[in-house]
Amino acid sequence: MSQAVSSNVVTDRDQNNMDNSQMDADGGMSETAGEPTTRTPALDQTMSSTRVPVDGKTSTEVTITPGMKLEVKLEDLFADEESDEEFPSSHNQDIMASSPPEASLSPVRVEVPSKFSDSDVMNQFYKRLFPWRYLFQWLNHSPTPTTDFGHREFAFTLQNDAYLRYQSFPTSDLLRKDVLRLMPSRFEIGPVYTTNPRDRKTLRKSSAFKPLAKELCFDIDLTDYDDIRTCCDKANICIKCWQFITMSIKVIDVALRDDFGFKHILWVYSGRRGAHAWVCDKKARQMDDQKRRAIAGYLEVVKGGAQGGKKVNVKRPLHPHVARSLEILKTHFQSDILQDQDPWETDAKYERLLELLPDRTLNDALRKKWSSSPGRASTAKWADIDALAKSGTSKNLDSKALLEAKQDILLEYTYPRLDIEVSKHLNHLLKSPFVVHPGTGRVCVPINPKKLREFDPLDVPTVTELLTDIDEWLPPAEDKSEGKPVADWEKTRLKPYIEHFRLFVATLMKDESDVKGKREREDAMEF
Amino acid sequence: MIRQEFSRADPKRRTALDPKKRQFAPATFQNVEYKHRLNFYVTPPTADITLEQFEQWAIDRLRVLAEIEACSFRNKNLTETAAHMKPLLDKYLPLTSSTSNSAATQIERQKDHYSHFILRLAFASTEDLRRRFSRAETTLFRIRFQDNDSRERQKFVEGLNLDLEIVSDEERREYAEELRAAGGGFPKRIEEESYYKVDWEKVPELIEHRRVFLKGGKAYVPGREQLSMVIAEFTNKLDKALETTSRALPRLDEDDRLSPILTHLSQNFTTPDANYSSSSTSLPGADISARNIDTLSSSFPLCMQNLHRSLRRDAHLKHFGRLQYSLFLKGIGLNLEECLVFWRGAFNKITDDTFNKEYRYNVRHVYGDVGGDSNRRGNGYSPFSCQKILTEHPPGPGEAHGCPYRHFSIDNLTALLQQVGVKDHEVLKGVKEDKEKQKFHLACNRVFEYAHKQEIKKVRDDGTWGAAQLETIVHPNEYFKRSYLLKNLGKNPTDGGGDVKMED
Repeated sequence: MSQAVSSNVVTDRDQNNMDNSQMDADGGMSETAGEPTTRTPALDQTMSSTRVPVDGKTSTEVTITPGMKLEVKLEDLFADEESDEEFPSSHNQDIMASSPPEASLSPVRVEVPSKFSDSDVMNQFYKRLFPWRYLFQWLNHSPTPTTDFGHREFAFTLQNDAYLRYQSFPTSDLLRKDVLRLMPSRFEIGPVYTTNPRDRKTLRKSSAFKPLAKELCFDIDLTDYDDIRTCCDKANICIKCWQFITMSIKVIDVALRDDFGFKHILWVYSGRRGAHAWVCDKKARQMDDQKRRAIAGYLEVVKGGAQGGKKVNVKRPLHPHVARSLEILKTHFQSDILQDQDPWETDAKYERLLELLPDRTLNDALRKKWSSSPGRASTAKWADIDALAKSGTSKNLDSKALLEAKQDILLEYTYPRLDIEVSKHLNHLLKSPFVVHPGTGRVCVPINPKKLREFDPLDVPTVTELLTDIDEWLPPAEDKSEGKPVADWEKTRLKPYIEHFRLFVATLMKDESDVKGKREREDAMEF
Repeated sequence: MIRQEFSRADPKRRTALDPKKRQFAPATFQNVEYKHRLNFYVTPPTADITLEQFEQWAIDRLRVLAEIEACSFRNKNLTETAAHMKPLLDKYLPLTSSTSNSAATQIERQKDHYSHFILRLAFASTEDLRRRFSRAETTLFRIRFQDNDSRERQKFVEGLNLDLEIVSDEERREYAEELRAAGGGFPKRIEEESYYKVDWEKVPELIEHRRVFLKGGKAYVPGREQLSMVIAEFTNKLDKALETTSRALPRLDEDDRLSPILTHLSQNFTTPDANYSSSSTSLPGADISARNIDTLSSSFPLCMQNLHRSLRRDAHLKHFGRLQYSLFLKGIGLNLEECLVFWRGAFNKITDDTFNKEYRYNVRHVYGDVGGDSNRRGNGYSPFSCQKILTEHPPGPGEAHGCPYRHFSIDNLTALLQQVGVKDHEVLKGVKEDKEKQKFHLACNRVFEYAHKQEIKKVRDDGTWGAAQLETIVHPNEYFKRSYLLKNLGKNPTDGGGDVKMED
């Protein structure tokens, strides 16, 4: 069945291209006039099925960009002055439209607050809030379209749960257009291939189609912590167990920066119960599977399945990376684990702790003490270990072994648990930043590693809240109507996140263009 | 600004370097003189050899490589492999050291050199062959490198021009503590060891196991880990060369003397698990169906019994567990329809809808019913061998796949064994020792022999099963097949196990 869909899509897209070229001949469509009307659900239906001209907007940019060699300043690209159809503003519409947009929008959000992937809500989100341009610049590494973007695989999960792989787009506008047409509940980003992924079947040799580059990715998911978190389980999270993610980000981020020398690391909330990292340095993108595996192995400390017994077995002396991580995690262990999680509260639970301690006599003494005072807090239990060890209960206690066991326990309860398969393979797909998690409705926003403490996943805006934000937005008091229009995302709580992303992308592009610029200048000197 | 031109040729002389013109220039062959015992195989051979030599040398080397691969399938470590290979190497591919000064050295080295390049041609054709060839060649190189005396090794490494930056004394002292910690507490005094600073990408193996200090993308590699760098370089060069060779191969087929030999060679380099066909595992008269799996599971190896138990307990298995178990079931002859029935029944906590949406496709993919062209043509994946289960994808939190002998702690392993009925103290002790020595397949075979003690004795005494049919098991499906046949010896008198053939 999925095959039928995918072939269908290909033909649709071809038509799309034709539509697009016709549109160019017509000189493009005026977007602003069409905008308010498309918000009524009825018109949306027709649009998604027949692709009426509204789709052809911003095609002007398509015709200019390929092959052109412009001196583009980064500042210009990010300037908000230009009338930017990617971030349409209802500010303009207030002037143009006869009726205030709030009126037409409100039914959309009030009637269906439960189903976040509802196509009307998604349509509004993709059309008005999703940062297409920055996503494009992020993947393209240059203002003008290159194969970095054009040969990149996108995979859509449609509303009916069909999964479309090997989608690719020459420009961000075409991607946006197709997303608006198919209205996927989410989409994922894969590697850059040797050729356009859509042409993979036309190649004479199938081996000529292979992945070339992709960001190095990490995936941390709270379900992997189910055996040690006590506050929630499965898909549920709270701010207490989110601390597992917080400490993971700290440990991984510093290792990637200091040890491997990577600079461009984007952390993204996965929308429900985890976080993703995208390491975007050129060097990281071009790594083969063996190197990815090496990094994954370097960062993996907690190993073993359900039956593996002790999960942490690190060599002594501790490798600098492990020693540093231990140092970072110590404070978290006291507050976030011992106090908040209280992992060894009951009899059955502290047996798990005793299993990990090396000395039998000491364990017996501890067991006796703890069973006589049920409900003793984990903080106290943890302190008891040292107290009893010092009191000399066990004659031939190996204090070094005990210390090492305690370090291992600390790591087992705090060290990042990575879903390592995601990091090991070049051709793994990962959900794009800024898409909406279909279950929670929350947007997968970037996490600023410098403001890690402030990030609360339950505070992340949902797509319906964002649409309300736009409606409730009021222009600032000193209203300058002729001034720059305010993009829709700037009116919402998405603003700080998109701004963080924009800055991230800008630094990344600057780094890439420095290298490229140098080479071009050198070539120019040749004549 | 004046442009500096270091490597650029003088524009006027560029024509001389034009490869199109160079093609017709007379080839300047040089007879290679082999200074070192080891060879990085950078320069291809150019002298003439006879067709007989061509074939004989290649076959000799193939014997060696195949045996190296077999060692890795039996999970031997490097020292054991080296010990096992010594007589074979002496027989088929001897390489005497430079100090011996015998007349044979040059001939031996020539044979080594030429046979490598012949096999390179034979094994460049497919991705799978390239990978296996590169792995076996790397192991061979490693064995020989370690076998070298240190002076010769040093000379060889110097000849490679590996471009290593030596860490200055100051820096060495500054990071003394980190360097020592990364080196497992060695050296005691930092002055005793010299360090090289290289891009971490050059020593992925050392990075993966956290054996070096890493800072700002540079790995500080101690002198004693030089081997790792040399090996990485060797593999790297070989992999690249194999890629190039594979692209050049199509232009070779005008020579109808060589192609048949090469095809023949590559066909002989096949692995047991790659060869695992369902026809060779079919068990006549056995009822292999979804409802019978519970009964059959008593004949499963421990890894599969563990998966089966986890599945029955949780009514769920994670991805790699499903993969490993589905493939095994496919291998014992459970067809796709029955397999779907089995999984549907086992996942009894979810709705039909969820099952169809999230799991059905996966099972069908494994059987080659859906998926890309190559997947369907190849009838899906082949069942995992012990080698694969032992080395790939170790189980993470909440996962039940893998090999219990390897991935369980000894206490949990003993408990599991007792649950499945292995209570004999001697056997459990033996398993523990095997596990400590990392002889996981021995532990598994030990349990097998214990569980089928009487039957094995019977077939031995009767002489119905030869030694070949009772050799070490290295595949879970082989375990099941043998176990099933032994347990049903009486019931199927016509072919009572006589047609059990090990496909090696």
